[in-house]
Amino acid sequence: MTINRTSGRKGGFGHWVRQVADHDVFYSFTRSPVTMLAAFTTFVIVFASIFAPWLTPHDPFNPASLDLMEAFTPPVWLEDGTWKYPLGTDDQGRDILSTIMFGNRISLIVGFFAVLLSMLIGITLGTVSGYVGGWFDVVTMRLADAQLTVPPILIALLVDGVARTTLPRELQEEMAIYVLIFSIGIAAWPQYARVTRSGAMVERNKEYIAAARIIGIHPVRIMLGHIVPNVMGPTLVMATIGVALAIIIEATLSFLGVGVPPTTPSLGTLIRIGNDFLFSGEWWITIFPAVALVVLVLSVNLIGDWLRDTFNPKLR
Amino acid sequence: MTDPYQDPLTSSPLLEVRDLSKYFALSSRWLSRIFTRQPRPVLKAIDGLSFQILRGQTFGLVGESGCGKSTVARVIVGLYAPTRGEILFEGQFVNQRNHRFSRASLHSRMQMIFQDPYASLDTRWRVRDIIAEPIRAFKLAQSRAALRNRVAELLLQVGLSPSDGGKYPHEFSGGQRQRISIARAISSNPDFLVCDEPTSALDVSVQAQILNLIKELQRRLGLTYLFISHNLAVVHHISDHVGVMYLGRLCEVAPKRILFSQPQHPYTRMLLDTIPDLSLTGRKRQPVTGEVPNPINPPSGCPFHPRCPVTNERCQVEQPHPGASGESMVACHAVEENRLQ
Amino acid sequence: MALLEVDRLRIEFPTRRGVLVAVDDISFSIDQGEVLGVVGESGAGKSITGAAIIGLLEPPGQIAHGTIRLQGQQINGLPNEAMRRIRGAKIGVIFQDPLTSLNPLYTIGRQLVQTITTHTDLTTSQARDRAIDLLNEVGIPAAKRRIDSYPHEFSGGMRQRVVIALALCAKPGLIIADEPTTALDVSIQAQIISLLRRLCQEHRTAIMLITHDMGVIAETADRVAVMYAGRIAEIGPLRDVVKNPKHPYTVGLMDSIPVIEEENDELAHIKGAMPGLQEIPLGCSFNPRCPDAFDQCRRERPDLMPTGNPNQVAACWKYDGTTNND
Repeated sequence: MTINRTSGRKGGFGHWVRQVADHDVFYSFTRSPVTMLAAFTTFVIVFASIFAPWLTPHDPFNPASLDLMEAFTPPVWLEDGTWKYPLGTDDQGRDILSTIMFGNRISLIVGFFAVLLSMLIGITLGTVSGYVGGWFDVVTMRLADAQLTVPPILIALLVDGVARTTLPRELQEEMAIYVLIFSIGIAAWPQYARVTRSGAMVERNKEYIAAARIIGIHPVRIMLGHIVPNVMGPTLVMATIGVALAIIIEATLSFLGVGVPPTTPSLGTLIRIGNDFLFSGEWWITIFPAVALVVLVLSVNLIGDWLRDTFNPKLR
Repeated sequence: MTDPYQDPLTSSPLLEVRDLSKYFALSSRWLSRIFTRQPRPVLKAIDGLSFQILRGQTFGLVGESGCGKSTVARVIVGLYAPTRGEILFEGQFVNQRNHRFSRASLHSRMQMIFQDPYASLDTRWRVRDIIAEPIRAFKLAQSRAALRNRVAELLLQVGLSPSDGGKYPHEFSGGQRQRISIARAISSNPDFLVCDEPTSALDVSVQAQILNLIKELQRRLGLTYLFISHNLAVVHHISDHVGVMYLGRLCEVAPKRILFSQPQHPYTRMLLDTIPDLSLTGRKRQPVTGEVPNPINPPSGCPFHPRCPVTNERCQVEQPHPGASGESMVACHAVEENRLQ
Repeated sequence: MALLEVDRLRIEFPTRRGVLVAVDDISFSIDQGEVLGVVGESGAGKSITGAAIIGLLEPPGQIAHGTIRLQGQQINGLPNEAMRRIRGAKIGVIFQDPLTSLNPLYTIGRQLVQTITTHTDLTTSQARDRAIDLLNEVGIPAAKRRIDSYPHEFSGGMRQRVVIALALCAKPGLIIADEPTTALDVSIQAQIISLLRRLCQEHRTAIMLITHDMGVIAETADRVAVMYAGRIAEIGPLRDVVKNPKHPYTVGLMDSIPVIEEENDELAHIKGAMPGLQEIPLGCSFNPRCPDAFDQCRRERPDLMPTGNPNQVAACWKYDGTTNND
């Protein structure tokens, strides 16, 4: 029909590469050095976390490999520092660099799965609210409003506390990470629900939904097949920023001592442990995990900001 | 030429509506409603419509925006439940009480084409999946290969190429998207299509292509259409019978030729005078006056009386009902009393 | 001398994938008191041409070359402040959507008075009297009372009348009307068209009427310019273009419009669709859709050339060598 339909083979890897390279998103990415740096840093951190068991110079969780004689070793560039422990060791002689790499791993896992849980709850409730409306919508949204008046960290603390007391003692350590994911995930669903709901309310009135309804497609299939894919975009952008937020909440909870146990420390736990020695001269135990946390959160956040600006120029 | 669909003598109504009405309750805050003790305002989007559409023919519905013509479409295809009245398909009542249940058998036989070629296709679906959605829903294809063949056949039928199936809607122009929309509508082998302003978002040269396609499909598949438009020339081109709507009511229903050559209702006459004189004949026309009133608060009596040149006291208080006048049905006191001309 | 002269105007949109030419070397003129209808499909460049004339081209769009002269004075490339004065005083503007042309926070009286006092020496109370006169003239009933209403208190048709009054405030010699009736219902459309025509005759105001609707043009225009893919395909007097179009695109366009007077089963139509800006073909941009295309059409871009009718020119190689004296 059209005149200028380009002929020739479409598809194939080369075509895909060209398409990506030609895409506006990729273009805007190459024009933002800060984002590129952030993406690179995030990639390095994620890579290091995934392969931490093979990359770390020491195994900080194997008590047999720990040497209390080597506790409080300072970083390599200070007097008494050694290349064996580039960033020094903590009070139990654990290598700081290795614990940071494992700590990142826990932070990322908790951040990622907590956001996944928030999205799952938020998108489900938001889509049904927006598409079906009625009393379900009223109840869900009032619930979301109520929860939004309380800071997420308090919600997480509350859920975390309740979950801990209901769990038997012997399971507490084992389940700690799941409890964290659950409590942080519960804390953040309302924003996803709100965004999804407003999106669903717009899509609901579009004619392609009317077309599906005339065919007699079941409402659940309309929501899964049509509404959700069309309202997912903004929530994915939010999710990136949400990961950074979840990591901070996790660090805060762990710092307060209600997060992951000290035997498998996350960044927050490491900062708490080091905090005791901050004023006795062993600053490296707390400063390096803190720097690692800032770098991780900042990188993820910068990517999130860029995504938001790229996909929604109006928010700028 | 022995096609039964083409012979008006053997034609029977495929779709009939009787006294069809749809009111929308406008939501005002219930708290303020309780305090002011005012009833909920009601918008009578369509009010007491009756007409029938003969098998294999096209019934054109014209009117200005807000006259309720799109609501008619949506009630007939079941997107809205009617407030009052009946819809008969092949002489069988489309049961309102068990709307969803009795609709199920009708779904595949009644489809719709929409106005906005950008909103009527899910942009995240490939064209072949969009067209296959009804086929899958009604389980009309026995195998994957059969489904693929059917989609390819449909694409060809609407003037696209089978290779277009792998693309996404954004790769197409408005006219091509409308073709995709048509392919989806006919994919379940329907008898009846509701076309709601299918060409008003398109440029004229593309509009002509789509109108030709719609007509060609009618000939080839024996389709019956309800064609809704604000454009009188388009309705004239495509319809066999025409209904003119004003503020939720039918003013006049007549065979096309009669409606355009001997319009009776004053509103029909006014509308005909708004048609641009493209042939530059310089024919004399009555200047148009006034605007469509707010449908929430329509005038008493005949809704057209404030703009009508032949109005009298009766028109202001008494609502006219459709009555036969020659081959037309006209809802006008002046026509009834022979006050016209 | 023509009131408005546009000479070899070219408007480009630089993008990172190359320069898109939205308007390509178009020339036309409008005489005093004349209505020039500019018709074309969406994307043909007609609105962008209008925006360039009033100096409101959206960036990154820019005039690459060419001149726009109003009463002999070049107005493209003027500083913003000078252009702003011309826009109110010498060129009035009517847009498609009356709601966005009016500020919803001010009464229409305030907006009219402000515009009048900006561009004339009238005092505020004189300006108010003039505003009431204007509202009467554009057919707002009870103008004296309605002048203190807000835009939302008017219906769509009445709002467009207010916008027309606003455009007339400083008695401009030229009005650019971009799809002035598209958002309106047919019965109101007819009223606005006859209002425009009447005002044009009474004030000797020239109008550049931009629309996709040939019907509106047929009711209003004296001359018609048909645009296609950023170029003018044909310009001529209304009757000649409508009754005896020269360019194959105009021929196809006229044939594809359904008319009540004719009874035919199938509408003639042009195959395909207008190309997007990034895919304009070599040679004549219409050649892939043209039933009469020959070799030269695929290689060389035609300019407007005589067609045998003294006032009608068309950009089509069919008329190469034709003179208007035949």
